[in-house]
Amino acid sequence: MILAYVDHRDGAPDDASLEALTLGRTLAERTGWPLEALVVGRAGRAAAEALGVHGPAVVHVAEGDGLDGPYAPQAWGAALAEAVRAASPKLVLSPGTDRGHETLAHAAAALDLPMVANCVDISPGEPTVVLRQRWGGTVLEEAEADGPTILCSVALHAVQAQPAPAPADPEVRPFAPPVPEEAFRVRVIDRVEPDRGGVSLAEAKVVVGGGRGVGGPEGFRVLEELAGLLGGAVGCSRVVTSAGWRPHAEQIGQTGTRIAPDLYIACGISGATQHMVGCRGAKRLLVVNEDPEAPIIAHADWVVLGDLHEVLPAVVAAVRAATQD
Amino acid sequence: MPELPDEARVVVIGGGIVGNSVAYHLARLGWRDIVLLDKGPFPNPGGSTGHASNFIFLVDHNKEMTKVTLDSVRQYKELGVFTECGGIEVARTPERMEELKRRVASAKSWGVEPVELLTPAQVKDLVPFINEEVILGGFYTPGVGVVDSLRAGTLMREEAERLGALTISPNTEVLGIDVERGRVRRVRTTRGDIRAELVAVCCGVWSPRIARMAGASIPLTPAVHQMIDVGPVARFEETVGEIAFPIVRDVDKNMYERQHGSEFEIGSYAHRPILVEPDEIPSIEEAVLSPTELPFTKEDFDPQMEDALELFPEILGDERVGVKYAINGLIALTPDGMPLVGETPEVKGLWSVAAIWVKEGPGFGRIAAEWMTDGNPEIDPHQSDVSRFYDHQRTKHHIVARCSEGFNKTYGIVHPMEQWSSNRDVRLSPFHARERELGAVFFEAAGWERPFWYASNEPLLEEYGDRVMPREAEWESRWWSPIINAEHLAMRDRVGIVDLSAFAIFDVTGPGALAFMERMCVQPMDVPVGRVVYTPLLNEAGRIKADLTVMRLGEDRFRIVTGGLDGPRDRKWFVDHLPEDGSAQLSDVTSAWCTLGLWGPRARDVLASVTADDVSNAGFPFGTCRPIEIDGVRALASRISYVGELGWELYCPMEQGARLWDVLFEAGQPHGMVPVGIGVYGTTARLEKCYRAYGNELEMEYTLVEAGLARRAVKDAPFLGRDAYLRQRESEPAAILCTLTLDDPTSSSGVKRYMLGREPVLTRDGRPLEDGLGRRSYVTSAGSGPSVGTHIMLAYLPREHAQEGAQLAVEYFGERYPVTVAVVGNRPLFDPENARMKA
Amino acid sequence: MLVCVKRVPTTGGKITLTPDEQEIDTRFSGWTVSPHEECAVEGAVRIVEAHGGTSTVLTLGPAAAEEQLRDALAVGVNDAVLLETDGSEWDPEETARAIAGAVAGLEADRGPFDLLLFGNEAADTADHQVGIRVAHALGRPCVAGAKALELRDGTAVVRREAPDGGWEVVEAPLPAVLTVKEGINLPRYPSVPGRIRAKKKEIHRVAPERTGGRVRKRRLVLPPERKEQAEILGHGPEAAPKVVEVLRSLGLVR
Repeated sequence: MILAYVDHRDGAPDDASLEALTLGRTLAERTGWPLEALVVGRAGRAAAEALGVHGPAVVHVAEGDGLDGPYAPQAWGAALAEAVRAASPKLVLSPGTDRGHETLAHAAAALDLPMVANCVDISPGEPTVVLRQRWGGTVLEEAEADGPTILCSVALHAVQAQPAPAPADPEVRPFAPPVPEEAFRVRVIDRVEPDRGGVSLAEAKVVVGGGRGVGGPEGFRVLEELAGLLGGAVGCSRVVTSAGWRPHAEQIGQTGTRIAPDLYIACGISGATQHMVGCRGAKRLLVVNEDPEAPIIAHADWVVLGDLHEVLPAVVAAVRAATQD
Repeated sequence: MPELPDEARVVVIGGGIVGNSVAYHLARLGWRDIVLLDKGPFPNPGGSTGHASNFIFLVDHNKEMTKVTLDSVRQYKELGVFTECGGIEVARTPERMEELKRRVASAKSWGVEPVELLTPAQVKDLVPFINEEVILGGFYTPGVGVVDSLRAGTLMREEAERLGALTISPNTEVLGIDVERGRVRRVRTTRGDIRAELVAVCCGVWSPRIARMAGASIPLTPAVHQMIDVGPVARFEETVGEIAFPIVRDVDKNMYERQHGSEFEIGSYAHRPILVEPDEIPSIEEAVLSPTELPFTKEDFDPQMEDALELFPEILGDERVGVKYAINGLIALTPDGMPLVGETPEVKGLWSVAAIWVKEGPGFGRIAAEWMTDGNPEIDPHQSDVSRFYDHQRTKHHIVARCSEGFNKTYGIVHPMEQWSSNRDVRLSPFHARERELGAVFFEAAGWERPFWYASNEPLLEEYGDRVMPREAEWESRWWSPIINAEHLAMRDRVGIVDLSAFAIFDVTGPGALAFMERMCVQPMDVPVGRVVYTPLLNEAGRIKADLTVMRLGEDRFRIVTGGLDGPRDRKWFVDHLPEDGSAQLSDVTSAWCTLGLWGPRARDVLASVTADDVSNAGFPFGTCRPIEIDGVRALASRISYVGELGWELYCPMEQGARLWDVLFEAGQPHGMVPVGIGVYGTTARLEKCYRAYGNELEMEYTLVEAGLARRAVKDAPFLGRDAYLRQRESEPAAILCTLTLDDPTSSSGVKRYMLGREPVLTRDGRPLEDGLGRRSYVTSAGSGPSVGTHIMLAYLPREHAQEGAQLAVEYFGERYPVTVAVVGNRPLFDPENARMKA
Repeated sequence: MLVCVKRVPTTGGKITLTPDEQEIDTRFSGWTVSPHEECAVEGAVRIVEAHGGTSTVLTLGPAAAEEQLRDALAVGVNDAVLLETDGSEWDPEETARAIAGAVAGLEADRGPFDLLLFGNEAADTADHQVGIRVAHALGRPCVAGAKALELRDGTAVVRREAPDGGWEVVEAPLPAVLTVKEGINLPRYPSVPGRIRAKKKEIHRVAPERTGGRVRKRRLVLPPERKEQAEILGHGPEAAPKVVEVLRSLGLVR
């Protein structure tokens, strides 16, 4: 059996979980093993229904005190661990998000089972062979793992989420796993709502990013203007945050935010590995750069060669003109 | 990017400060169809220019380097990228304080002014954040500054483009260089092929790799120079611009420190030599920072950190000042520390302009461009000539050995006679074993181990007593022995033999040999067979390229003998001018022939005792040569002398050399013969005869007329530089080479001091002498004159001071010593009539 | 404070592999720790500066990892522990066991650590689990992904990103394990006196027991490079209309 852990926000499964589920379905077809899903919290029941189009035969819903409330990593890991104990799946999949990794790691630690992070493909067997990302996906590793159950996270944006050809009506199986008291030692005591004024970088459909070539904090004004016009968010490279020009929250990269917009407009960014890892999820890339040999150009769909401080104002003006017509 | 043309007059490879300078100067000299390409982007393609510390100190003991540096500063100023901030070399030891005095002298010799010796308190006034307690003083050059070398490159490219002369092609990698019949023909690149007449390799640390594509060698190695940047420095926050305080060279610790905006940069030449293979430099893609900014190896820098902290505790002791940037920067080192400029001897049209630092870049760019244009660069670059090396000096072994040894001397106190300790015993004459038995002290020249003096001659010290002119001061006793002067006296009294196997020897043969030699040499070559001629060589502009002797061995056969250090350069000069019809050929027979000099009043007695040939004055007159038989060895005897004594140079095949030595040595015993080292041959005996030496007195900067080598008549046959030479003879020389004698060697502390050369010549009241062409007077050669009982110096003096008996002074270690002009022109001090030589 | 770091090559240029496909080619690389861990080290130093106490840096790695320990000492960590290996790769389970074992050993000698700090994930392997496994092994609470940290009355108050772009503020009683993300602070540069002090410090070396892992590397491969050429829309401001066309084709402008 393959068990896919699905994360959800108020009953809506997140994209990364659907990516993991898609890989799970592929593997289920390959192995003939059944695919089941696990969601945590009573609100997850709503997610269970939405998962029908993605093919799990069964959706386990872990419910109970503490599990229905805000995210509690160790408790959620314990719930997953309990599901594994109960069903002894060969393979457990999780989304390659922070929460996915964290929940999976807690479960792996609780179960004393091996965990392999950021997989892009898996061949279950003795041993199980995985292809996984290293260096943010710049390098792939072929690895083998032994164990009755292998816990794998699915690398973010490595698999495209797709519904099953024939939607099923999964059986929803609520259960109440015993969760040890100590799993609640870490408590959420407050939440800070996202700034609704802007678009979150991780979820923006358009991102306008700036690098060293922007030249300084004041240089970002024109990027903000363009992002505003396109309903997008502003991001930047690690050089920019290290220099203190922009807050770290805007950093796109291996150690910053991984973005997945429809269009990423990268301005004055050379394209260091650390950055490219963060924008690999972008569907289209438009580069504005003075250097025709900047490494980022190898990844671009469109390129404008030139000084961004000349190009962007012209683009802003042209977009304005186009919207006013 | 503009299309890459498929044809160009010259392709300049490398877009650092050097390549840009070459392209710029070619354009200014009227060249068109220049292509400048680099594998990286402009303005910083990733070479050493991009991480250079960009400061320029002006004073070097080496005249050529100083001249090129001054020219570069002039150019940087013209481009508006020079910021003057001053520079101080600080001393932590008494030895260094002495060295700083020597630097003051060099500054005066080369005309760098002002300079000043400072007390620690004066240093502190200029650099208020220095710990003056650990220094003894400083050498201050207010004219030191920093440049924006990348900006300079951009301005140079722009100017060349404005002149319509230049096509630039960044991100263009050279894949190959095609050579046809010894000439460069085509550069193959990732953007297409370019046919070209000339190719200039200005590729810094990559130069060997690029030259190899054409089958040429550029003997340098990339090496690491560690640099760190720390900041922010509170004191610098208030300063305006890049630099407001003098740069400090902590020379005793092989480091420098400079302000860079709000940061402080520390560079080091103190760490172990870290050499990198040119093939192991990362590509632009592979490099983390840039190909020449390799990851910093902290452990190598750690010891320097404490030295820097000791000198700058205010800045570096501040816990808020962090190490923000640290690299192992790559720079190019050469086996002798000098750049590599000129056409490569292997491939016509392939030029090297490499191993050049930012401080010299524009100057060498100009030299290379002028040299390409008409073979006549304004500043004589012979010490940087890429053709100066023998094959063994182009081996990886030699390059690695010498560059490793030289690296930590970057700021060292280097004695002018200092010997290398690595890679010795490379070229040994057949006499070597004998010499070793005699306790020869070997100095190296061009790889040859040459006895400088012989320990076996120590008993002569007693024989000659104070006539050996003993030295008291350690500096001039270093790499020296009074035995040299004793050997000198014994040779003049009796007879000596000298190993001269380091000579470079070329035979010119063929039906066109005479015409070719006539064209090359100032002196007539159409002399009877068996004549020996001493002659200078000039370039088209009448400037001195070489001096050497030529023996006419047959109607169509000449033998050229030149100094070992000059051999490869002189050979290229001849080969470059060989007739295209092949009517004359040159073969290098250096390794076939060894040479012994036999000189002294008893030389004839010795030689006569071992040969049946007629060696009498009538039978073998001065200035002639012919083969003679010496106990079964057939030797070519040449009756000339560089020491001013009766005698011969005896040339025989290398493998018979030992035999020749043994025969002569044995025959010499009854005559009191001594082995004599190069200390006598190259210095003491030469200077007593006021003979000029290439590189000391003779170089492009001075004319034959000024050197006193203009003969009464000029031959009718055309020769290189003839027209210019005739013009030189018509006007009064601006300076005249004179012989000076030291009136009193006693220093203020009562120690007798003896100059070693390159010291400034001053008026008695301390004013530098400068001729009408702005050239300073300095000592070109110096040494003992044991037979004349005085210390001898040669110097070019402005015409008005070139008066026999004129009272002048020489500055040495901060003191002035009185000297007198003993000779104006080339009349020898010793035996002015040359009676001994012609006896 | 205990902060755990891992020695990894500095990357920036194009990554290539060694011929045996077991490692990335480090001929041109320096060595460092992951950015998250740099921040963890800075975090430890700041806590000690604010609250007193001492900090210790620990790594499991080859003898050369001493360099990374000294880097941490140079920015103010008090002492260093090297769990010295032969340089071969340890899987996350055995790494966590070795660290947990070492922590137990250190605590037996000098009392418990209030906080164990890790990076959220290593730059190279990104296993996302060593800190959490150590927390389980030691029975301590664990907060991953910390981007702000305060200590209040025996608890750690941590801010971490929520999936919706907001923040969760969580509280964990000490002693606890924290995995840190870049952005929690801006790490300082080492000072010269710091570097000199670091050089002189003794490194406590421990030979960790290798218990065997269950995930083994077979080989590394580089993902295929993209081949399509980008379309050059133009040079300078003249390209603006073309850019608008692109935006229009994506439905971003009318």
